[in-house]
Amino acid sequence: MVRTYLLLVWAWTRAAAQYPVSFALMTVGGFVISGLDVAVIWVIFTNTTSLGGFDLGEVMFLYGTAGLSFALADLLFSNVDRISQHIRAGTFDVMLIRPVSPFVQVATERFVPHRIGRVIQAAAVLAIALNRVDVPLERGWMIPVMVASGTVIFTALWALGGAAQFLLTDAPEVANAFTYGGATLTHYPLSVYGGELVRGVTYVLPLAFVNWQPGLYVLGRDDPFGLPYWLRFLSPAAAAAIALAAFLAWRAGVRRYRSTGS
Amino acid sequence: MRLIGYGFRRHATYWAAAAAGAFTNTVFGVLRAYVLIALWQARPGLGGYEVVDAVTFCFLTQAYIGPMQVFGGGLDLPQRIRTGDVALDLVRPASLQLWCLSEDLGRAAYLFVARSVPPALVGALLFGIVLPAGPATWAAFMVSFVLGVVVSFGWRYLVALATCWVIDDRGLSVLSTILTTFFSGLMLPLVIFPGWLGTLARSLPWAAMVQVPADVYLGKTSVAGALAFQTFWAAALLGAGALATAAARRKVVIQGG
Repeated sequence: MVRTYLLLVWAWTRAAAQYPVSFALMTVGGFVISGLDVAVIWVIFTNTTSLGGFDLGEVMFLYGTAGLSFALADLLFSNVDRISQHIRAGTFDVMLIRPVSPFVQVATERFVPHRIGRVIQAAAVLAIALNRVDVPLERGWMIPVMVASGTVIFTALWALGGAAQFLLTDAPEVANAFTYGGATLTHYPLSVYGGELVRGVTYVLPLAFVNWQPGLYVLGRDDPFGLPYWLRFLSPAAAAAIALAAFLAWRAGVRRYRSTGS
Repeated sequence: MRLIGYGFRRHATYWAAAAAGAFTNTVFGVLRAYVLIALWQARPGLGGYEVVDAVTFCFLTQAYIGPMQVFGGGLDLPQRIRTGDVALDLVRPASLQLWCLSEDLGRAAYLFVARSVPPALVGALLFGIVLPAGPATWAAFMVSFVLGVVVSFGWRYLVALATCWVIDDRGLSVLSTILTTFFSGLMLPLVIFPGWLGTLARSLPWAAMVQVPADVYLGKTSVAGALAFQTFWAAALLGAGALATAAARRKVVIQGG
């Protein structure tokens, strides 16, 4: 499955390289677009020194880790949100008869390698942030763990959104509220949001485990909402749980799929 | 006028997509509102706004996304240029630009109902937003809003026509999205941009799409000055669009048969 995935990704990468100018512009574009988020954070911090109790370095750390997770998930799997187009156009039928998992096919169809621009941007922000905040090595091990868990969580969100589109073929944008919305939510310390919202993204939709809970551990901060300390280590478990839910939802979606017949 | 009606009806078919868009705009409105509240709690009165003004601003900007197509697109033109269908549009006995403008106004009118009102209502329920001071402000806001849509169209039309020269429009549309989202005031009110960046941002055409109508709504600016600013940019962009249309007429390459 992994081999097929890589093979298809490589094929689409070569296809994209056929339009080199557009490819370069869009890679740079992705870099700059996600750079705008940092510009926003910068403008905010020209007006204040702390947002929700966190300073610039800490906010950039939270942004960088969440941004990296999101960008990786976006690069590798976000094409899943095109599933509704495939359903409407009838091209999903073709995928079902090929000897490759439809999930892999949808994720790689028209794979856009220029999204790497976002990955580079997020990694750069994270590097700058790590320069500004002091992270002792005995807590730094959490950083790769949280980025990996975050990537799984966002991928699961894309897959859940894709699964939902088997029901809501006309309204793929609903999924954006959770995927891109989740990305925006995690760019800032959750302490700026209301208590109910934070409890919601801790216990229902595990967005708090992308960067907030493990980030508190890395930064050595107290939880402003007073949630239990051990939540900080649960990111991998939360990622596994939502991934399982996404897997089941996707399978259910494919099973109840009915062709448009066109 | 008839084309405006057709544009309205054409987009009214896709009510589910518009509802989904409204939902997404609302979610983002709530998230951004929290960030702005945190900022304004740290700095009350920043940029001449109070917290409630900032929250109102936030939901207004979400309301603009649909009608003004802040993220770009909304026109079929690039697609039609690439497929060569534009040849048909060019031989019609009507100006290409006016044709597109009418359709776009119809689209904007529908999306105003479907995608602008819901986020504003949710914002009002969850956080409480301010209403314009009186009927005069309402009227000024509606004029300013329409002018904003025209400026937005003028810009998007130019970007779309540029496809005649570069063939692949995706790179350009990404660039356009960057400029529009950042310099319109969608991400943060332009009033808190520091120093020269703020001055620059407030004088560019994108300010006429989001920041200026919002300021008219909030009563933070002189109405005459705001409308003059928008009219200037609308005229400038539409003028440039007319010139570009004339140039495109000679340039256009019909691809394939």
